[in-house]
Amino acid sequence: MNWNNIITVYLKELKDSLRDRRTLISMIVVPTLIMPVIMFGVGTIMSKIMKQAQAEIVSVMVLGGTDSPGVVASLKADKKFRVVPESADYKQLISDKKIRVAVDIPAGFEPALMEGETQTVPLYYYEGELKSGIGVKALQDYFAALRDRTIEARLMERGVPATVIKPFVIKRQNVAPPEKVGGNAIGGFIPYLIIILCFTGAMYPAMDLTAGEKERGTMETLLCSPVRRINIVMGKFFMVLTASLTTVLLSLVSMGVSAGIGVMYFGSSTQAQGTQQALAAKAASGGTIPLIDPAGLIGVAALVLPVAILFAAMLLAISLFAKSYKEAQSYVSPLIIVVIMPAVIGLLPGVELNAKLALVPILNLSLVCKEMLSGVWHWDYISLIFGSSCLYAVIALMFCVRMFNRESVMFRA
Amino acid sequence: MIEAHNLTKTFQDKKRGLITAVDHVSFTCRPGQIYGLLGANGAGKTTTLRLLATLLQPTSGTAKLAGFDVIADPDKVRANAGFLAASTALYGRLTSREMITYFGRLNGLADAEIAVRLKRLADELDMHEFLDRRCEKLSTGMKQKTSIARTLIHDPAVMIFDEPTLGLDVMTARSIVKFVRECRSRGKTVIYSTHVMSEVEKLCDGVGIIHDGRLVAEGTLVQLQARYGEQDMEEIFVKAVGGEAALEAAALKN
Repeated sequence: MNWNNIITVYLKELKDSLRDRRTLISMIVVPTLIMPVIMFGVGTIMSKIMKQAQAEIVSVMVLGGTDSPGVVASLKADKKFRVVPESADYKQLISDKKIRVAVDIPAGFEPALMEGETQTVPLYYYEGELKSGIGVKALQDYFAALRDRTIEARLMERGVPATVIKPFVIKRQNVAPPEKVGGNAIGGFIPYLIIILCFTGAMYPAMDLTAGEKERGTMETLLCSPVRRINIVMGKFFMVLTASLTTVLLSLVSMGVSAGIGVMYFGSSTQAQGTQQALAAKAASGGTIPLIDPAGLIGVAALVLPVAILFAAMLLAISLFAKSYKEAQSYVSPLIIVVIMPAVIGLLPGVELNAKLALVPILNLSLVCKEMLSGVWHWDYISLIFGSSCLYAVIALMFCVRMFNRESVMFRA
Repeated sequence: MIEAHNLTKTFQDKKRGLITAVDHVSFTCRPGQIYGLLGANGAGKTTTLRLLATLLQPTSGTAKLAGFDVIADPDKVRANAGFLAASTALYGRLTSREMITYFGRLNGLADAEIAVRLKRLADELDMHEFLDRRCEKLSTGMKQKTSIARTLIHDPAVMIFDEPTLGLDVMTARSIVKFVRECRSRGKTVIYSTHVMSEVEKLCDGVGIIHDGRLVAEGTLVQLQARYGEQDMEEIFVKAVGGEAALEAAALKN
């Protein structure tokens, strides 16, 4: 290896790539824009839909209830509900989203309450449908409150204090500091995003610098120079690695900035609400990123490096085999799924790091990042993952150099 | 100086099996001379020249360029050779100046040295007007001049031309031919492949006729005319390869 030559090739490839609109888009524009779009665009639309759904008055059909005028009247009086006239095809109406829920008040409901008999009140709703779900929750709350009031009244009647049915109170106390909660909530998402961006950032330049050069006839020109092929490969490899890491870095910066702006704009309002939901929403929108252990981020960066090397070398070797840019695309595109699969498995709850999984490339990164970002450092696993990733990266790089030295690949007829 | 000894190159082809693209080819080109490699399409010209430029490795046999062996010292061979082919393109997004400078650096030249040589080449080839234009924006003639300057920036002793006039207009082709002659007058060893008979007649001091991977005839134009009893290069060529039937058979094989 001759570093002077490697640097010469690298600097030329860098200049060449920076003049290429397609590389600029994949390396700079996409990662900087995708984060704000995901965070604000998707976030805003989701929260709007949620708010709208929650604010909407729930249309309820009351089935029966002629002998329970008190319950029906109080349902009608409740501002959360709009009671619609009874109809036999209520199930169809719920399915068609004409009404959200229906409640079947059994015959003799109110009289039975007086006598102390247990009754069943069926609530009809559509599982998985957002607005129906919100509606059935509101209706259930309403009847739960009614039940509580009935219990209280019965106890009072018999002169029994209310504490009889509340021997003790359960209180859940969270010991995880806020940054750990944030790490758990987004810890799975960040590595997933990094892995994909790391791959897509390397994809375009890898194809352009190999198959693209073959197609344009510049590869042969380059091979005529006295520079050894290993130096040409390394120069190109460093360029692809640069593109990959730039993509990741820019998206992380963009994510940080978006999160900062997000906290500035939405932070105060969510804190004012102070509900569990608001906290969860804040975590999901990246509002807790600044609270993430900075050491965790450094750990992620250190472990991403060998994976980025693996991707860069692998993509170079595969697209080198292709004769044209189009052919390279057809080899590389299916690989995205191969890369996404382990990243997605790492996102699943309950998949925990163990010695075997620590050897599975990509999946191990996804899992260990989740741990590091929530402040858990299993040094034995981390060193195993770093070691194995480096090994895979070196093998991929050696394979790539080998491919460059094979004339059946370089001059494929 | 180029000395080829029994150069042989075989390829494995999925459909056709083992193909001998170059079959025990031996020849010598001396400094200050142009050696023409004449052959039909698919005769093995490009493979022979790629073997000389060390882009490919010979299956057997070897060659020496400027005293360096293509197998033992491929880097030194490339450092002493300039390779220009229809298939050696320019980087579209680099300017003509950047392109030439890049190859100067790849040849281990210092930037100051490159600047001096580039100035001289631009003077000779009349390139100043478009030096800072991107290669993708250049006309075919300008591109050819840039390619020529690219092959000459390290002042190689051996020049390898693989059908350099292929697909060019008359004016550009003429300027290339003129440039090849200049290389000869500067004492460089020149090998020039073509399937255009008239170029051989105009340009070459020695001719090798290649057919089906084998060198079937070799000599000066006068020697070949005497041997085959023909004045016209085309007639000599057809006789040397064994008649029109042999040419047709070879064309069908490809």
